[in-house]
Amino acid sequence: MSQYLPEVFLMLMGFSILLYAILDGYDLGVGMIMPQNNEAHRDTMIASIGPFWDANETWLVLAVGILLIAFPMAHGLVFEALYFPTFLLLLGLILRGVSFDFRAKAKDQHKGRWDLLFRLGSWLAAVMQGYMLGRYVTGFDSGFAAHLFAVLSALCVSAAYAYIGGAWLVMKTTGLVQQRAAFWARRAGWLAALGMLTISVVNPLISADVAARWLTFPAVFLLVPIPLMCLVLLVAVDRYLAHVPTRDDIGCWFPFVAVAFLFVLNFFGLAYSYFPDVVPGLLSARDAASSTASLTVIFYGVAVVLPFILLYTAFAYRVFWGKTQKLSYY
Amino acid sequence: MMDPALAQTLMLSRMQFAANISFHILFPTITIALGWMLFYFKVRHDLSGHPVWLRIYRFWVKVFALSFALGVVSGITMSFQFGTNWPGFMQTVGNIAGPLLGYEVLTAFFMEATFLGIMLFGMNRVPNWVHTTSTALVAIGTTLSAFWILVLNSWMHTPTGYELIDGVAHVTSWKEVIFNPSMPYRLSHMLLASGLTASFLVAGISAYRLLKGDTKAAPRYALATAVFVASLLMPIQALVGDLHGLNTLEHQPQKIAAIEAVWETEAGAPLVLFAWPDEQSRENRYELGVPYLASLILTHKVNGEIIGLNAFEHHPPVKPLFFGFRLMVGLGLLMMAASWLSTFYILRRHQIPVWLLRVLTGMTFSGWLASLAGWYVTEIGRQPWLVTGVLKTADAVTSVAGTQVGVSLALYLALYAFLLIAYIQTLFYLARKSIRVAEYDDTETTKPGLRFLMGQAS
Ligand code: HDD
Ligand code: HEM
Ligand code: HEM
Repeated sequence: MSQYLPEVFLMLMGFSILLYAILDGYDLGVGMIMPQNNEAHRDTMIASIGPFWDANETWLVLAVGILLIAFPMAHGLVFEALYFPTFLLLLGLILRGVSFDFRAKAKDQHKGRWDLLFRLGSWLAAVMQGYMLGRYVTGFDSGFAAHLFAVLSALCVSAAYAYIGGAWLVMKTTGLVQQRAAFWARRAGWLAALGMLTISVVNPLISADVAARWLTFPAVFLLVPIPLMCLVLLVAVDRYLAHVPTRDDIGCWFPFVAVAFLFVLNFFGLAYSYFPDVVPGLLSARDAASSTASLTVIFYGVAVVLPFILLYTAFAYRVFWGKTQKLSYY
Repeated sequence: MMDPALAQTLMLSRMQFAANISFHILFPTITIALGWMLFYFKVRHDLSGHPVWLRIYRFWVKVFALSFALGVVSGITMSFQFGTNWPGFMQTVGNIAGPLLGYEVLTAFFMEATFLGIMLFGMNRVPNWVHTTSTALVAIGTTLSAFWILVLNSWMHTPTGYELIDGVAHVTSWKEVIFNPSMPYRLSHMLLASGLTASFLVAGISAYRLLKGDTKAAPRYALATAVFVASLLMPIQALVGDLHGLNTLEHQPQKIAAIEAVWETEAGAPLVLFAWPDEQSRENRYELGVPYLASLILTHKVNGEIIGLNAFEHHPPVKPLFFGFRLMVGLGLLMMAASWLSTFYILRRHQIPVWLLRVLTGMTFSGWLASLAGWYVTEIGRQPWLVTGVLKTADAVTSVAGTQVGVSLALYLALYAFLLIAYIQTLFYLARKSIRVAEYDDTETTKPGLRFLMGQAS
């Protein structure tokens, strides 16, 4: 068992990043598609994520934590290479996070400004996450093509967040807010699909390793279902969104669940391309890992605590189940 | 000698770290204790059904939410910093720091973040006992997180339970790592500091509401609770601080020598009340001291010996420690005076005079100042070490270009200044807004035990 600890932690980190992308992805997406000219809509949209955002963001802390704890070498490498994008990401997260509270408590005439910062912060965080993912996947290659790839990735991730954010709102809201969300989610979905397609084509072109993993016989036949399933989901969600509002709001959960599943598929695609490297092409989990003794100590902690975390997270979602109601502290 | 480019990065990284952690710690110092106060308010309400406690809860839960949000976002910055600016830290002591930070995330962060949602917005959606329990879980979460991070910080000051293999620290005993010699003192001193900071915040804002003409019962109840808590905690804090100093004398004598500005080893050293320590000529100018008192406090013997700075090869900078310590203790004495006087007025005179309300309002953020001063003393006092005897700060720094660090530092500072102003303004705005809220109909409720709470005497 203990000789597989580095890989186990790599998978845990992956799990944590995936959950973060889905959960805070919808928070950021909601922030990105907030309308500037309708305060009531903004109130409803923010109310739909208010009770969840803090816990959602904690998955990022866990992911970075695991990188820091289990792979200290990689942590240093990644964040020195991505020093400035990391700073901008943090700036975005700070602005978004504080605006949640300031908008509700500061003077009324300042509310619009906090909402603007909320939107700005959401955009900044989403774009930077995409950019960092792009740089990371190419092993911080400093060539022009690699930077271009990162920009593409930034676009794709932002679109994906807006997509899942819109899908979340379709599930949690009604009326005009819901229709508007469906409108934006559809467009973001097209963009995300285009991005996914481009990345799937470009990635094997710039990386021989990735090409070797995907495009060899018989792997290619086993892998074909992944893009196929993505395609089916994309089309099905698009068709659903085109018909919002549906009668009796039937199946309003469908886009969100489907898009979340799309995230999972894409994640597996990425993981398949690079496992078991912590930094693609540069550092494997094994080479970067901390001592087995400390990994074991944390592993026990994770094994005991993670089920509880999942349990009470489920409880919190249960408490705020159904359509969003007006949030108030009173 | 160090390469000048790296030296610049080091300097800027230190400033950036200090700026970020100083900003971060402002909010935990409030939320750790305010969480428990909210729990107290909630339980009082559950037991008595008295609407005033719910009023207080609802006002302070807003302040809590705002402080918590600022604590969370600035904390996230902290966890990235180890990688962006101090890669050497995790590479050397990661086997110890890693699990401690990991347990903080697992046991504390998820719990507080999840139940915060229920605590803030779930009051009408869950049974009352679930809501009260959520409030307690949030408070437990913040306290647990303080526990883990202070274990790590204390270990960095007084490392035990490890061995160095090829320059990397490996754990030999987790028990010794966690219960390292300075941990009990640091943890209790910090938790008490949090209690005092939150008490003075509550007292200050409530006093402000009374000054602005709020005639409702809520600010009176909150004010009385806060000054009672503060007047209890402050003597304990002085005692714990004294014990903490003794512990430091044992493990980091150069720090105490700098705090007391003792240059030559001497028996029966005076307690220097004021001086201008001069590191060039290695002496104190304008010294004003009480003979023998330092020896008495630190060794509990009139003629006890205190080792002077000149006896150490490396010692931390003297001025920041000397003045930082005096600022903390001075504020502590002021807090003691203010809380005891207020308690006296409440119990004996049934009203608090306007001048004292003004003083309390002025001291709203005194806990912040004292806590920051204390942290600066502790952390600067550890220099040049990052982990005493194991890792020098200079050896942990990143190789990122100084210009990048410089730009990020400048932007962080601007952002923090903006957020701090917004935070303070919003607190006082919330206080003013609550004055306009009408009083509940309290003909039904029982009369309070203290005449101050009824407020007819002022
Ligand atoms: C004595 C207390 C204390 C100290 C010294 C620190 N923190 Fe902290 N931190 C807390 C007490 C705390 C807290 C009370 O648990 C917070 C503040 C408000 C909050 O929401 O939780 C928190 C939040 C917080 C968060 C966000 C958690 C979330 O998402 O809920 C992170 C990632 C960190 N901290 C990380 C750090 C790091 C890396 C530190 C040191 C280098 C540090 N903190 C010092
Ligand atoms: C919360 C209150 C804290 C404050 C206000 C604080 C403040 C400071 C300051 C002012 C320095 C700079 C000293 C100097 O370079 O002269 C410093 C150094 C440092 N402290 Fe703390 N600290 C706090 C807690 C912690 C904790 C909990 C940790 C780690 C777990 C930590 C880790 C460090 C590190 C890595 C350095 C070296 C970087 C540097 O020299 O700036 N600190 N701290
Ligand atoms: C009046 C009596 C007090 C005494 C004798 C005292 C003593 C001390 C000492 C000796 C240290 C240095 C620890 C070290 O050597 O590393 C310290 C640190 C500190 N003090 Fe105080 N203190 C007092 C009051 C206060 C007050 C009123 C506050 C805040 C409300 C406070 C907050 C802190 C903090 C946050 C630290 C740094 C963290 C730590 O090392 O625990 N202190 N104190």
